[in-house]
Amino acid sequence: MKKKIATVSLAGCFGCHMSLLDIDERILELLKLAEFERSPVNDIKKFRGRCDVGLVEGGCCNEENVHTLLSFRQNCDVLVGVGQCAVMGGLPVMRNAIMHSDEPLKDCLETAYLNSPYVYNPTNDIPNDPALPLILDKVYTCSEVVKMDYLIPGCPPTGDVLWQTLTALLGGNLAGLPKDIVKFD
Amino acid sequence: MTPFTGKNEALENKMIGDDIVFKIDGVDVRGRIGQTIMEAADDAGIHIPRLCDVEGLDPQGSCRVCTVKINGRTAASCTQPVADGINVENRTPEIQEYRRDLVRMLFHEGNHLCPACEASGRCELQALGTDFGILQPDKYPYLQPSRPVDASHHDVMLDTNRCIRCGRCIRASAHVDHKNVFGYVGRGINKQVGVNGTDLAHTNAAVTDKAMEIGICPVGCIIQKRVGFFAPIGARRFDKEPITGKK
Repeated sequence: MKKKIATVSLAGCFGCHMSLLDIDERILELLKLAEFERSPVNDIKKFRGRCDVGLVEGGCCNEENVHTLLSFRQNCDVLVGVGQCAVMGGLPVMRNAIMHSDEPLKDCLETAYLNSPYVYNPTNDIPNDPALPLILDKVYTCSEVVKMDYLIPGCPPTGDVLWQTLTALLGGNLAGLPKDIVKFD
Repeated sequence: MTPFTGKNEALENKMIGDDIVFKIDGVDVRGRIGQTIMEAADDAGIHIPRLCDVEGLDPQGSCRVCTVKINGRTAASCTQPVADGINVENRTPEIQEYRRDLVRMLFHEGNHLCPACEASGRCELQALGTDFGILQPDKYPYLQPSRPVDASHHDVMLDTNRCIRCGRCIRASAHVDHKNVFGYVGRGINKQVGVNGTDLAHTNAAVTDKAMEIGICPVGCIIQKRVGFFAPIGARRFDKEPITGKK
């Protein structure tokens, strides 16, 4: 039976998913070994069964990210954090440190929606619709929320890195990656 | 094995410049009296990882990434002089693990956002991180400190989020430029590199200073303005060769 891969982008930019497409024609080989389950690749939004490998892009910046990450942990045998955002928070994590304030979240939202010179916001509201997931007090890395089995740095990890990671995991074990292809940017 | 005491009887009869022989990881290395272990290793083509030391400046021995074991005792190889017959451990798993942890802690202590940093690819901290194979960030917590950015100067910007307090800019400014633009302030975890004025614009710093030269700051703290991303990905310093110098 084919193995199953689930992927998701949390507080990320989908760059790591784009990078997954950089495996080019090897995607045909990948599809001989495995099929995509819950993933933006095939637009399946809920888990229909257990998956062998879960690829998580991005850290957690809102409530929905946390729930999605928890469901990935519950449904995936091996959970892999892919890219700098999953590994250490990436660019979204700048909001934790850069706001020199006692209330960094409030400052962040006010700067984004009220106080910046180029903001056009006649109602002076900060988006607060119940349909919007609640934003967290700070950005959390994946391993601060659940146990991650592997973390692959890179912004994004190249197609080669993702190919080697996936084939190793589908084959049973990821013993490590060659130094010269792993980058932090 | 006799413990290393810093005194060496064979050494006392020798003059500065005389040849001596010692071992690094079991290999005979020739050095000269007056050299440091790192200088002798460099001459012999043996790489010892380093951060606070750079060619052209006095060694300081503060980052401890160049830690080696000399006859069983740890010492910073950039400041420790060579001596006849000593036995230096460099690339042992134990020493490499010490160094890996030191580099890890530097990553976790500041805000090192490689994807957004223009020093990425020529950053020595990043190159050491990849060389040591640091993938798992969950060994230590991220401190995520609030640190200022000083963009006041016309030609140079300081992003202290990335500073690892190696003191290379301090030594370059003091010993080469004779300006003392930079200096340490504070103690312990609060120790920082400060500037000799209210901000960098109110010092006599110039972009032509040795301290501002690309390659003096090992990370992306001292950034020359209007030069950013001068080398494309693939042509940057550590894209071409790893920090150990060997492919």
